[in-house]
Amino acid sequence: MPYRIVVLAKQVPDTKNITGDAMKEDGTVNRSALPAVFNPEDLNALEMALDIRERFGGSVTVLTMGPPPAAEIARQSLMRGADRAALVCDRRAAVADTLATAYTLGCAITSKLDGFDLILCGRQAIDGDTAQVGPQVAGRLGVSQVTYVEEVRTLADRTIEARRNIEGGYEIVQAQLPVLMTVVDTANEPRPPAAKLLMQFKKARTPGEIEQQGGNFNAETLRSRNLLIEQWTIDDIGAEAEQCGKAGSPTQVMKITSVVLTAGEHKVVEPTGDGVRGLIRELAEDHALE
Amino acid sequence: MTEHSQHNIGVLVFAEQEEGVQADVSLELLSKARELAAKLGKKVAAALPGHNVGGLAPALITYGADTVFVAEDPALQHYTTVPYAEVVSDIIRACKPEIVLFGASLIGRDLAPRVASILRTGLTADCTDLQIGDYEDKSGSYKDLLLQIRPAFGGNIIATIVTPRHRPQMATVREGVMQLAPPDAARTGEIVPVDVKLGNTHELVRVVERLKAEKKVNLKGASVIVAGGAGVGGPDGFELIRELARTLGGEVGASRAAVDAGYIGKEHQVGQTGTTVRPKVYIACGISGQVQHRAGMDDAGKIIAINNDPGAPIFSIAHYGIVGDLFQVVPMLIEAYKQK
Repeated sequence: MPYRIVVLAKQVPDTKNITGDAMKEDGTVNRSALPAVFNPEDLNALEMALDIRERFGGSVTVLTMGPPPAAEIARQSLMRGADRAALVCDRRAAVADTLATAYTLGCAITSKLDGFDLILCGRQAIDGDTAQVGPQVAGRLGVSQVTYVEEVRTLADRTIEARRNIEGGYEIVQAQLPVLMTVVDTANEPRPPAAKLLMQFKKARTPGEIEQQGGNFNAETLRSRNLLIEQWTIDDIGAEAEQCGKAGSPTQVMKITSVVLTAGEHKVVEPTGDGVRGLIRELAEDHALE
Repeated sequence: MTEHSQHNIGVLVFAEQEEGVQADVSLELLSKARELAAKLGKKVAAALPGHNVGGLAPALITYGADTVFVAEDPALQHYTTVPYAEVVSDIIRACKPEIVLFGASLIGRDLAPRVASILRTGLTADCTDLQIGDYEDKSGSYKDLLLQIRPAFGGNIIATIVTPRHRPQMATVREGVMQLAPPDAARTGEIVPVDVKLGNTHELVRVVERLKAEKKVNLKGASVIVAGGAGVGGPDGFELIRELARTLGGEVGASRAAVDAGYIGKEHQVGQTGTTVRPKVYIACGISGQVQHRAGMDDAGKIIAINNDPGAPIFSIAHYGIVGDLFQVVPMLIEAYKQK
């Protein structure tokens, strides 16, 4: 039976490359100033979805929520083999904490898809590192969740069997569909886009991108060639503005302190035999080393 | 479930256990809970779901709980999300705590967001500090909020997050971040059994098999840790780190950068998303010292930093700093120690 698989993916600032320019006064990141990447563990989730489709049959739909540049995530997903990809893009959904994000994604899933059997997402995003959106989407939709999944062992009828990480080991669980699973980076090596799909979907655009870029692209033409990436506002997905974005976020950033490193009072030890011997002697005298 | 708001709970701690063994992080959070609750003029409670776990309740009282809510049911023997989330949410709804704390263990990070979703409230993960303070924004002034403090965005900032208009205020904290206060055998408290009402939800996810590997790395218990970072350059470089650790009778640690690069296994990782350690001696070799690493080791007795970049942030918290090539300095340390 074909399984309807949804993958939740996020475009994230590459947090290894943040400079001072990228932080705004109010403590939020100025995303457009940073190189943006496909959140690594969401790629693992997409890979797992494609693998499930190969082994057991079904369709893979990728949903992403973000500002207009996040269309890139939808496009890359199509290049990697997703059957369908869509972008939820609305200023009112911006500056959302995990609960508001989960609410918005939940609305997209229930209103725009013809049901689902499996939802996959990365364990966590490299900007927030919270690992909360997956479980909170599952909570919003009232479905089971299985986190830290490394492998799907079997999928038969309405039962999926997966191996997941637990403290100091692993667990094999069986879950009844529908279920949401979060996927860890050790699960797989995401496949690069196949050359054919890369060429085919290079031209895929959202309506927002068409409007912005003008010129050669025409929405109707793209749609007829299956190259129009769906783009939805919160109205399109039946989400209430008060529950999206900053308005719908129970947590608020009170303040941000830049980490300013002052030279501490440390004892300088010369990188010489004498210097190091002196250090060992001091540590031994202090009984720090025995 | 019966109303329990008369208990005047300031802070509720999720008492995590596995196969009848209480998780250390829950005890650490009880110590912190006492401090936070005192500032609120309120009490501390623990929520203890499981099967045949009632015997753990008295110890929770000695570690700081005024009330222990024990929720027993065979379906709770092994942790699965929905039954635990339903039980903990029920306890929260009945006793209405201001604050709920979970350890940021694999269980805590699976459970806490689900509970926050059920209760439609705010949750902050991996807090490195918790305080009580006041907050003001366009919609009002708020007193005695939980200030949820954590590094973010690659460690370049420390964020203070609040949940002004929703309750409870929820946070997760990793093991070793909060200090464990000694238990007080003379403390008294109340053990309250709670009714567990589960739908058929507990049948939806079933644990078929569990395998726990023997713990080979004990960073928490080590009195000396020699840690390698990106500067070690590769798995081979870690041989030198291991040799120094062996010589000093210590354990091998690593920064997230070294682990992510595949130089060494994750079980050696020290830092906000690894293990928090408090050894007597911490020798950081080729570690730049990002905030998230420092959060995991800045309480060490003596910190020795070896890095060939004099501007490396690790030097700002080191007691001893050696600017040099670790591949030359570490052998000197080994030699000097053997000859002392």
